Amino acid sequence: MSRAKPEDDEYWNSSKFKAFTFDDDDDEFSRLKESKRAVNSILVDDDDDDDDEDDVERVSWSGEPVGSISWSVKETASSIRSGSEQSFPKIDTTPSLSKQGSGYSLSSLFKAKSKPFQSLSESFSDTSVRTYAPELRKPKSDGKDFVSDLSPEETVRRMQKGRAFSLEKFRSLQDKLLLLDEAVAVYDGNVITAVLIYLKKSLNKEILFRELMTRDVALRHYVHYLKEMGEQKLLVELLKALGRTEDMALMQYKEHLNIKDEGRRRDFLKSCLSLSFSQDDATHVQDHYTLLERQIIIEASDKKAGAEIFKKFPRKASILNMPIITTLYYSCFYHYGEPEGTFSSPSNIRKTFRISEKQYILTALGARAKLKSWFDVDSLFNTKNWLGYTKKRSPIGFHRVVDILQKNSAPVNVLQEYVNLIDDPELKLSVALKYKCHDVVINTYRDLKDRQELVVYREKLERDSPEYRKIQELLNNVQIRWKN
Amino acid sequence: MASHLFCGRVNLNILREAARKDLREFLDKCSGSKAIVWDEYLTGPFGLIAQYSLLKEHEVEKMFTLKGGRIPSAAVKNIVFFVRPRLELMDIIAENVANEDKLQPREFHILFVPRRSLLCEQRLKEKGVLNSFTNIDEYILDLIPYDGDLLSMESESSFRECYLENDQTSLYHAAKGLMTLQALYGTIPQIFGKGECARHVANMMLRMKREFAGSHTQILPVFDTLLLLDRNVDLLTPLATQLTYEGLIDEIFGITNGYVKLPPEKFAQKKQGEGGKDLPTEPKKLQLNSAEELYAEIRDKNFNAVGAALSKKAKIISAAFEERHNAKTVGEIKQFVSQLPHMQAARGSLANHTSIAELIKDITTSEDFFDSLTVEQEFMTGVDTDKVSTYIEDCIAQKDPLIKILRLVCMQSVCNNGLKQKVLDYYKKEILQTYGYKHILTLKNIEKVGLLKPQSTMRNNYPTIRKTLKLWMEDANEQNPNDISYVYSGYAPLSVRLTQVLARPGWRSIEEVLKILPGPHFEERQLVPTGLHKKRQPGENRTTLVFFLGGVTYAEIAALRFLSHMEDSGTEYIIATTKLINGTSWIKSLMDNPEENLP
Repeated sequence: MSRAKPEDDEYWNSSKFKAFTFDDDDDEFSRLKESKRAVNSILVDDDDDDDDEDDVERVSWSGEPVGSISWSVKETASSIRSGSEQSFPKIDTTPSLSKQGSGYSLSSLFKAKSKPFQSLSESFSDTSVRTYAPELRKPKSDGKDFVSDLSPEETVRRMQKGRAFSLEKFRSLQDKLLLLDEAVAVYDGNVITAVLIYLKKSLNKEILFRELMTRDVALRHYVHYLKEMGEQKLLVELLKALGRTEDMALMQYKEHLNIKDEGRRRDFLKSCLSLSFSQDDATHVQDHYTLLERQIIIEASDKKAGAEIFKKFPRKASILNMPIITTLYYSCFYHYGEPEGTFSSPSNIRKTFRISEKQYILTALGARAKLKSWFDVDSLFNTKNWLGYTKKRSPIGFHRVVDILQKNSAPVNVLQEYVNLIDDPELKLSVALKYKCHDVVINTYRDLKDRQELVVYREKLERDSPEYRKIQELLNNVQIRWKN
Repeated sequence: MASHLFCGRVNLNILREAARKDLREFLDKCSGSKAIVWDEYLTGPFGLIAQYSLLKEHEVEKMFTLKGGRIPSAAVKNIVFFVRPRLELMDIIAENVANEDKLQPREFHILFVPRRSLLCEQRLKEKGVLNSFTNIDEYILDLIPYDGDLLSMESESSFRECYLENDQTSLYHAAKGLMTLQALYGTIPQIFGKGECARHVANMMLRMKREFAGSHTQILPVFDTLLLLDRNVDLLTPLATQLTYEGLIDEIFGITNGYVKLPPEKFAQKKQGEGGKDLPTEPKKLQLNSAEELYAEIRDKNFNAVGAALSKKAKIISAAFEERHNAKTVGEIKQFVSQLPHMQAARGSLANHTSIAELIKDITTSEDFFDSLTVEQEFMTGVDTDKVSTYIEDCIAQKDPLIKILRLVCMQSVCNNGLKQKVLDYYKKEILQTYGYKHILTLKNIEKVGLLKPQSTMRNNYPTIRKTLKLWMEDANEQNPNDISYVYSGYAPLSVRLTQVLARPGWRSIEEVLKILPGPHFEERQLVPTGLHKKRQPGENRTTLVFFLGGVTYAEIAALRFLSHMEDSGTEYIIATTKLINGTSWIKSLMDNPEENLP
């Protein structure tokens, strides 16, 4: 439901803000229509848009320019399905700019630069394997002798260039750390990760953790690597060692998303309760667990429930894993009026999950209005004062109550009652006008002594309807002193 | 084919050509007929570089999408995988290779984009298939020319990686991309920056420069200045709803790799004699760039000025078509006919954009859009940012999309320099109760990047920033703008204000504000070899490359283009970014398992 429009207009007119409005006197819509008309009028002598044409790209219906890559993927793939021998789809054959294009090449720009550490081994691999081989594939074969006595700097450089390298010769802890620091210094994540993999294999876990603690960048890459590889257990150990217990808790908690079976998911959430969340999150996780536990119980009993309400309004989906507000709605729909002692009763859910009065009223109102239980709706807003008189009170504006009722197609007499409860007379009038609550409109104009508006409104009504006659009577009433 | 790249001040086609040359070289390495197996994600970005015709010239006969199982049979000598360095893709490749028909072996190759990865190669080794590959290579595609004045890395998760996961790989690629750019367009003499990531990229560039010392490119510098900006210096702008034509297309339909998919109904063409033809059901896909004359003209306008521009165009085109009645002589008719294709293209373009504008207008005139924009504008002007907004409360109550709620709540937080603890707790509780407790994770992520935070003891300094940088302009002129604030109908994007002030009168004038904004600000100079100093003609504009680390919106681009075209601005801007974003795609990138989590 949305806020009443007239109010907004009022707001904009009186406020210093400029709204994103469309000029009234130069209406955008008419302009669009105009250009559309123009477009259509031109369509006349056109029967084909696919004219070959130099500067207009050819476009297939889906909009891909013919000859674009994703289009061709589909196209070539389908030609195979049909078993056709002709492998080329009929496409744009204009030669690309390739031949006469610029002579630059990205890689050439970085190749063959003089390097301080250019060594024999490099020129060796340059000549022999350059064109074909990613030397990486065979790090232990041809290049090994040359590679074995390289410095950390040169090793890292070779790794960056995709040349043969060997990490095995970095044996001592100190050498390994020098290598790591060099990798970090060139910022190349790919190389850093490769070195970390080597360190992971060759170092004691505790030592590696200890050294990573003072190396922030390397640590971050390591965490990322473990995440990527799905090494959950090691990651948790690492975070624990680092004292990042909250991160660890959240990461554990996240795992529940991967558990499909609700029973296992519930047990998993239960096991999360002891983790070191921040105080707020601990409450939320507790609620999450309680909710799922509750939902499993409700689901089990409702699945086979024979109550009339379930026959009349069969459940569309299971309640499992739904948010708490949805669960409350469900409970207000199927379990309204159950004693507070039962798990599925709205009042129990409201209390257990500390749902605000506002949220509760909104949700219950929605559910009861959907069922057209106007009596329940009525009692939602009843409060007794100390003298025992009942009075209607609502934590949400009555105009919003009206909106919700209207959406659930409440009859006019129900709507009217709530429209009358709106405090602000202007808002009341605009809501009444919007939902055609004639009585409220007529009474308001009468109270405002606005004869002209009444005359105008009469014209909108069906002749001889009760409302029409009511206005007629008012207008004939000589006792009223009209202001106009 | 790439005419849109020529029209800018800097010829970005050079970059595209260089990328194409590399691609051809790699393809020729795998001699003989070949089939390409595509990581589907890459087809979009590659489409910006090359079309199928280029591949075909280099004996690419088939193309498949990467998926598990066996690669479809094709009588080719080579199978080439074009993939991002992702472990899950390696598993699929390994499966493909293992299932290969042993009787008709084909050669395998991998091209990693944008970088080869030792981690991935290790995975292939573990799976026992590494030795099956003849070529493993990388295709450096850091900065992709996107339009005449726009470069994008098309790296979706870059903001998340940099600010949430502290993974700076994409920054490394950004620095590499800038090195490539300097190799092609000359050393950039001046580097300015604001933010931690900006500092990091500048450091990497300076180090890489030192490593290539002695091999200066003998190219006259095309760019005078590079400005590196962290996205987290300006968290506000992407949260606001963009109000330019292109911005709204992106907000409502989403633009991917320069293409937009639109509901087909409005585009069905009625042709005479084909009355019963079926309506198309698949979305209409359109390419959007400055090669289309009309689009270039209206893309950066405030949407409220688009209607007028379209109707003006319609009149011109109608008049042009009317000309045919005046053509009497053979020469005149010939003249008319020769113009026909161009006119028909213009007509088609007008028809498309009129339909798109209508689609957008249905949304912008809705009460929902209006209300939400009202609240955004209140927040940006500092109204009621310190209490719970009833509008947000109502939106939660009616279960509006979570991302919409998060955009608004984050905006309120940013505009109030953090929310009062009580307000923050209230929002969090409402969100978790309505959208599910699992969003503890979403909220945590959003807090970690600073989009949502409790107010510290420091006072709210957003008003100071707003006033000093003139972020809110009372009477933004949407039709004939005189200030960048027109792109958000009042709000001038902070990032672009920083850019504007840097050009004139310089950052020294806003030291105070720069100190409030997160991260260091700095200036570096790079030595340009003597003889390569640019001699500027009097009245000649400077060229500045603005690099947004973590993403940029179309509205910000529009604002920068507006500055470029301003008569006395003296600076023209080229824009580079890790990714084109909007508030929705941005927030989504910060969620864990967004598909599963969205209601």
